[in-house]
Amino acid sequence: MPSDAHASASLLGTRGRIALASVIAILVFIIPIFNLVVPTDSVFHLSDYAVSLLGKIMCYAICALAMDLIWGYTGILSLGHGLFFALGGYAMGMYLMRQIGREGVYKSDLPDFMVFLDWKEVPWHWLGSQSFVVQMFLVVAVPGLLAFVFGYFAFRSRIKGVYFSIITQALTYASMLLFFRNETGFGGNNGFTDFKRLLGIPTATSSMRVTLCVLTGLMLVAFYLLSKAIIASKYGRVLQAIRDAESRVLFTGYNTLWYKLSIWTLSAMMCGVAGALYVPQVGIINPGEMSPAASIEIAIWTAVGGRATLIGPIVGAFFVNGAKSWFTVTFPEYWLYFLGAMFIAVTLFLPQGIVGLVRKLTDKASKGGAQ
Amino acid sequence: METTLLRHLFLRLPFAIAFVASLLTSSVFALTPQSAKNIAVGENDDRIKALGEALATPDAALARLIDALLDDTAKVAGDAVFIVVNGNAVDAATGVSVTLPSNLEDVVNNNRMRNELEGAKAALGLFSDSLTTRNNAITQLKDSADEGKLPLIDRALAKETDAGLKAKLAQLRAAMLIASSDKQKRLDAVNALATSSQPSVRSLLQERLNAGGETDPEVRAALTSAVKGVEGRLVWGERLGVIFSGLSLGSILFLVALGLAITYGLMGVINMAHGELMMIGAYATYLVQNAFRQYMPNAFDYYILAAIPMSFFAAALVGAALERTVIRWLYGRPLETLLATWGISLVLIQTMRTFFGAQNVPVENPSWLSGGVQVMSNLILPYNRIAILFFAFFVLATVWLLISKTRLGLFVRGVTQNRSMAACMGVNTAKIDTYAFALGAGIAGLAGCALSQVGNVGPDLGQGYIVDSFMVVVLGGVGQLAGTVYAGLGLGVLNKLLEGWTGAVLAKIIVLAFIVIFIQRRPQGIFALKGRSAEA
Repeated sequence: MPSDAHASASLLGTRGRIALASVIAILVFIIPIFNLVVPTDSVFHLSDYAVSLLGKIMCYAICALAMDLIWGYTGILSLGHGLFFALGGYAMGMYLMRQIGREGVYKSDLPDFMVFLDWKEVPWHWLGSQSFVVQMFLVVAVPGLLAFVFGYFAFRSRIKGVYFSIITQALTYASMLLFFRNETGFGGNNGFTDFKRLLGIPTATSSMRVTLCVLTGLMLVAFYLLSKAIIASKYGRVLQAIRDAESRVLFTGYNTLWYKLSIWTLSAMMCGVAGALYVPQVGIINPGEMSPAASIEIAIWTAVGGRATLIGPIVGAFFVNGAKSWFTVTFPEYWLYFLGAMFIAVTLFLPQGIVGLVRKLTDKASKGGAQ
Repeated sequence: METTLLRHLFLRLPFAIAFVASLLTSSVFALTPQSAKNIAVGENDDRIKALGEALATPDAALARLIDALLDDTAKVAGDAVFIVVNGNAVDAATGVSVTLPSNLEDVVNNNRMRNELEGAKAALGLFSDSLTTRNNAITQLKDSADEGKLPLIDRALAKETDAGLKAKLAQLRAAMLIASSDKQKRLDAVNALATSSQPSVRSLLQERLNAGGETDPEVRAALTSAVKGVEGRLVWGERLGVIFSGLSLGSILFLVALGLAITYGLMGVINMAHGELMMIGAYATYLVQNAFRQYMPNAFDYYILAAIPMSFFAAALVGAALERTVIRWLYGRPLETLLATWGISLVLIQTMRTFFGAQNVPVENPSWLSGGVQVMSNLILPYNRIAILFFAFFVLATVWLLISKTRLGLFVRGVTQNRSMAACMGVNTAKIDTYAFALGAGIAGLAGCALSQVGNVGPDLGQGYIVDSFMVVVLGGVGQLAGTVYAGLGLGVLNKLLEGWTGAVLAKIIVLAFIVIFIQRRPQGIFALKGRSAEA
């Protein structure tokens, strides 16, 4: 069985190490050089658009990976991961808003929308927003804490399956409504935009764009390795056992609550990090990211790529979002048809996703070769 | 909205009112062809003057002419004014039928003229023979009370015979006197108004209490206690209003959730496209409406009766097709069903956009569903919402009968409880699945038909309800029709009660948070099925 090789004692085989090294090399050398050094009229030039698209999709891939940990490996479908993503994004956005300084429309120390609401000082939840360190802590802490509290009560009551999915959807929906209100203090339906600087460096430059893209890529690689380590560990085995037969795991003496809660919280934090990387790259965050549709799309990236494989969600995020940016430019009217068809086709015909399909085909080919 | 419009209207009406005020003292002559023409054509100022003069001698012909001018049936040919209805012309002054003149011209009324005409109509109404017309005239004049109209009211009061209207006129008179320069008159007026239970009286009294209004301490004290008294009487109307709108929202919610209670509750299928099946029902209603308008304009008021079965069958048909092609293969895999039906919903939304455009389509209420019944002075229950309330219970009763009393319902329950046993007894389970799913879809279509009467119909119609409707089903307890009803009505009323002091958005958030907490405390919903089936 070829799959045994993947689960061998060392985390990555020789091939894996080579692949990892080449991915990092592409990220750290090829992308910056092709974007910044290669002249714009060369065929090898990587456009700014491509860099920001790549960065954006890699943020989505982190989300898909997080979704895979909780759905693919633990069997809990979350329809609220968009919320954690947006919370991370908002934490980063708050810092970016304060970095605008007095260059806003109203030339005030406060973000424009607060001046617009006639607020005189920042509300309590903005107190740390001047500090990069505090906000970066909040990027993981807010989604993590929310996920922990919510998950604790949900898993303790043994809420599972579609029940859990539906209440996570209600959670993200309610949060969206909350963030749409101006009084909540997050810019209402406009959200945050018009960012100027990150750590004092202007965001709208090529070098900043490339830096963020590379950083996102490295983060994705790091999360991939972390997930791989988790899945290969005994802890990861228990998670998969929970997915396959939770009652048996319970009867065997494991307290599944803590297993589920820890992976759920980790998954939420990963989404928070993805959101924080996403916001400076796209330059906007608004409550639309919390809509139920956005969360459910994360699930489809994972499903399209292949659940319960770690490379699958990354492939899925690239495939679906690549298709999205192609469709919305070329045939904007057909994008929803395509997305809808993908939901149906994957669930009906491709339960293992693209990766499963490729594996099946290569297995067949190798068997055919052996005969 | 209506009151501000009327107030606005009457502010511009000094002419008409002043002339009507003097009407009983001046000499009497009927509407002449000359004055009819003067009212209908010429400069606005001259027309208004002519209207005022004619109002001094009100008669049926003048009332008819004003009505005709207002609904654009008055036409001018040469020196004569005609009222043309369905191709029959009548001389406006004499009321004699004439052959339709060839050189008819429309009368153009701008807003100012229209306002003058409306005011004249209301003033004429005070002296009408019909009790309802007089009543309406008083209601209209109430929103524009000022001392200038006092003589008119006094005259009407002297002539009035009906006790109820007399009281109303007296109140109207008080409203006009409240700004009088005589302190005693003001005090009397306040005391007279204190017995009222009208929202407009409350704001009138309140206005006098504001800065720039009443200065005399004695009158102010009287005003304060009067406001309190009026508010005390109004509060019940407001409370009942909140409860009614809560019940109305609740009835919509449980109608929406009823279909889900069948597909999710009985069959265990998570149908995220439920909202889109509602949308199909609403669009079916729209198409039926258009067909009636095109081919049977006389029966337009009854299109809704044809739209109800049409929306049911349209949605049921789509539902059956979905069950046969997609959902059938996913039984027992609820998470996959969820994703696949979400995909279906995207496709359905985009299909509707392709065929009908992304904009909302207009669906009109039949005339018997527009308007409302006035229960209290500040409580009007709209007919369409009352109709939906009854319709929801009608659908509930039908579904309950279908599930508990018919052979189909027996099969559905049998398949739900024990699929293989039902199959052994000869039930075609695959067919029953299709029927049950189509039934759930059809009820979604009915909900869409109902929604088309109170809200916008567009491709996104269903999206706004999907979270709410799942909440209702989950809160009520899966597999429980009764639970769905209680949860739907309860959530509706709770939502509207909260809206009163937190605003709509916060109320919704609180309700959602409440449900999330409730489900964590009681995962089976309010009404749990008793049983000991172990989970896998």
